Amino acid sequence: MRLPQHSDSGTLAIDLRAVTKRFTTPSGATYTALKDLNLGVVAGEFCAIVGPTGCGKSTTLTLVSGLERPSLGTVKVHGADVSGITPGVAFMFQTDAVLPWKTVLDNVALGPRFRGTSKSAANTKARDWLRRVGLAGFEDRFPHQLSGGMRKRVALAQSLINEPRILLMDEPFSALDVQTRSIMSNELLQLWDLTRPAVVFVTHDLEEAIALADKVVVLTAGPGGTVKASFEIDLPRPRVVQEIRFEQHFVDLYHQIWEALRSEVDIAYAQTTAATTKRAP
Amino acid sequence: MTVTANLTTAGEKHEVSVNERVYRSKVRRRKLIVHLTQLAFLVVVIGGWELYVGSDSRKIILYGVPSGIVSRLHTWVADGTAIGSLGDQIKTTLEEALIGFAIGTALGIVAGIALGRIRFLADVFSPYIKVLNSIPRIVLGSVFVLAFGLGIESKVLLVIVLVFFGVFFNAFQGVREVDRNLIANATILGGSPWQVTRQVILPSAFTWIIASLHVSFGFALIGAIVGEFLGGSHGLGVLIKNAQGTFDANGVWAAMVIMGMVALLAEWFITKLENRLLRWRPPQLAGPDL
Ligand SMILES: Nc1ncnc2c1ncn2[C@@H]1O[C@H](COP(=O)(O)OP(=O)(O)O)[C@@H](O)[C@H]1O
Ligand SMILES: [Mg+2]
Repeated sequence: MRLPQHSDSGTLAIDLRAVTKRFTTPSGATYTALKDLNLGVVAGEFCAIVGPTGCGKSTTLTLVSGLERPSLGTVKVHGADVSGITPGVAFMFQTDAVLPWKTVLDNVALGPRFRGTSKSAANTKARDWLRRVGLAGFEDRFPHQLSGGMRKRVALAQSLINEPRILLMDEPFSALDVQTRSIMSNELLQLWDLTRPAVVFVTHDLEEAIALADKVVVLTAGPGGTVKASFEIDLPRPRVVQEIRFEQHFVDLYHQIWEALRSEVDIAYAQTTAATTKRAP
Repeated sequence: MTVTANLTTAGEKHEVSVNERVYRSKVRRRKLIVHLTQLAFLVVVIGGWELYVGSDSRKIILYGVPSGIVSRLHTWVADGTAIGSLGDQIKTTLEEALIGFAIGTALGIVAGIALGRIRFLADVFSPYIKVLNSIPRIVLGSVFVLAFGLGIESKVLLVIVLVFFGVFFNAFQGVREVDRNLIANATILGGSPWQVTRQVILPSAFTWIIASLHVSFGFALIGAIVGEFLGGSHGLGVLIKNAQGTFDANGVWAAMVIMGMVALLAEWFITKLENRLLRWRPPQLAGPDL
């Protein structure tokens, strides 16, 4: 277990310090989603965040991407304060966010087109990335003509084509079936290895987190989610996601981290059941 | 073991193709019955009308008669109308409707998207829009005829006013219904506000906008005709007004038949456009088509 080392902030790709994020709910009340959160991710590091539903995982990612501002504290990316959309960041959303009215090719070429690359150059690059994610031959399809796994590949190519230095992923594979999911995880690791961006990978699946990451961060149950503990995952790379879970060291790590996670899951569960019983006496 | 398996699959295949054939012939039969019933309905209505009116000249003046309408249409096509050739009248009305429709639609889309995107504008203008929307706008036709005369301008203005609001409200709602995730994704991929508007908001809102165009074109035709009715020298509206003034029910009906054909043609065209622009959509769940 270790706490983020704030002494080497110069090399941190992502640096969140004493971050608090409050929301005003539609009823006018204030809800504290994150409280005093500290998180550091080194360049090229694969960091997984786990925690019960509603603990502020997605919120953390929106703060890093610049979609939201912290209420208190500082968010730095590569040493610069985040203001507006953070440059060099890619974001893969939990739900499909590819444009349904654009073909696969046009969707992947979107980033370069937005950034002023000519159409032909952007298309060449997009074809390249589609090949890399295993979608060669599907360039002219519309998203609704693809399977869920293929749409995720499109989203992955769409994100990676911009060659981000930071890749944020919000439960990207949670909608997929178990087999597709481990295949996608494996491919993600291979693609990540090509350019080695810093990754923040949010998931509620601890097995997935350990199999992928260099570091697993456990958040406490909300409201006021914060870092409970952080674990180094020193499993050797390259890893085969489907098989690594059988290794003894993996199992040991799983037990160790689950110990920290369990109580938070219990708290969150107790909150939801309490809320339900209160509503229906 | 394998032999039995093969036999079963072959048998199943045979059964499937038989089922398929039975199903297809059922579908075909159903279609035929629908068309025959439609035809029968038309014959009964038109025939009943013809028989009821007969050659009673009082009834012909009051209700018109199908054979009279057909012969009126024939005279108009062959010899022209009292105010010029039939083609000219259609052209005049269509011109007013189309110009007004184009301008009204464009304004509606621009205003709807601007107010949908920019919160400040929506807050400022929403009371005015509500007031304007609640007045019966067809009355503005009289105002426009007084202010802009009997020419094309007053009709086009009335059409614009009638078309604008429908398109505007749909575009506005369409913008608000855009998936937040799509906007966030495009923004992070590097899209500027203008690029996001062009490539995310507009296509997404188009489903809504197109839906309003079907109704709006109907309004455009109504606007042009009412405008001509209120004060004009050419067009289908004038044709109707003159027919009414001379107790010529057949003339009124004949003009209406022409309008109906124009509207159907426009509807066909808009559906074509819709299919072309919304190609990306998954096939819709089937329901009765109207
Ligand atoms: N825009 C918002 N307005 C109000 N409350 C929000 C908003 N976004 C998130 N929240 C609340 O903050 C908490 C954390 O949300 P989130 O980060 O999405 O959790 P998760 O860990 O499941 O991803 C939740 O209770 C959620 O209801
Ligand atoms: Mg979430």
